[in-house]
Amino acid sequence: MDWLIHPWPWYVAGPLIGLMVPLMLFIGNRSFGISNNLRHLCAITQPPTVEVDFFRYNWKEHTWSLVFVIGTGLGGYLAGVVFANPEPLALSPAAHDMVLSWGFLPPAGNLVPDELFHTSVRNFTFLFACGVLVGFGTRYAGGCTSGHAITGLSTLQLPSLYAVLGIFGGGLIASWFLVPHMLIG
Amino acid sequence: MVRYVPYLLVGILFGFVLVKSEAASWYRIQEMFHFQSFHMFGILFSAIATGVVSIQVVKRLGRRHALDGQSIEIPDKAPGTVSYVVGGLIFGFGWGLIGLCPGPMFALAGTGSLGAMVVLAGALHGTWLYGALKQHLPH
Repeated sequence: MDWLIHPWPWYVAGPLIGLMVPLMLFIGNRSFGISNNLRHLCAITQPPTVEVDFFRYNWKEHTWSLVFVIGTGLGGYLAGVVFANPEPLALSPAAHDMVLSWGFLPPAGNLVPDELFHTSVRNFTFLFACGVLVGFGTRYAGGCTSGHAITGLSTLQLPSLYAVLGIFGGGLIASWFLVPHMLIG
Repeated sequence: MVRYVPYLLVGILFGFVLVKSEAASWYRIQEMFHFQSFHMFGILFSAIATGVVSIQVVKRLGRRHALDGQSIEIPDKAPGTVSYVVGGLIFGFGWGLIGLCPGPMFALAGTGSLGAMVVLAGALHGTWLYGALKQHLPH
């Protein structure tokens, strides 16, 4: 049962994630992608008095997709709680030193740093604002890492390459110029 | 309801992999953007390679129907450049800051992380904002 507890190497995880593409086609002719669910959730919750056309469609046709992300949450629960890895995340030495130089403590057991994720008004304001960027950007780009980087590139689509270049560019800017100064000026 | 079971199972596998591979980790994302480990690149490249190969296999085998009888089709993404690049930049910028893209958001929310749920709430508002502003944006 050790393999359920320990982290998985890239050569196990990557192919499993890649298999999502043919699996979803095989199960029901679906394109693998996560961020559409954010749209469906907006469509479900949009009050009838608010009339944004982008969210006026029959979301029930996308129930399969919502079921998939409920599964994703359950999978996260199984992997992160039931079969939790007790060891701290083993970063490469260079990354370990880097996050310390940014003022973060070494990884202690969570996948995300307490410095940014523990409950405080400051943290939650920041997390919410970044969530807005992610939600806005993915919908503007028509997909996220799964829909563009995995499904789009797997099916050799040029627009997905543009999106992936944009995504990586945005990530580089944030990670090189802002994250190092988030905790210490 | 039974027809949704495969989606639930595959979704569970996906969430499990995201957490076990630590792709849902802020630390791993920073490590990736600073090119300090092959781990995340290995995940992405091998996932894409698996996708490319399996799509070719599906095409060659000539399997035309999914389990539920529909014919298998791979829709093309709408043509364009601006929306993909600019949207990607905005999304990537947020991803670089908090280290969570939509898949890992759901997976981490499932572990009970309040912070991840706040990110998810933000992402829903961002999605809604896009829907409201869609007509005024270049695509």
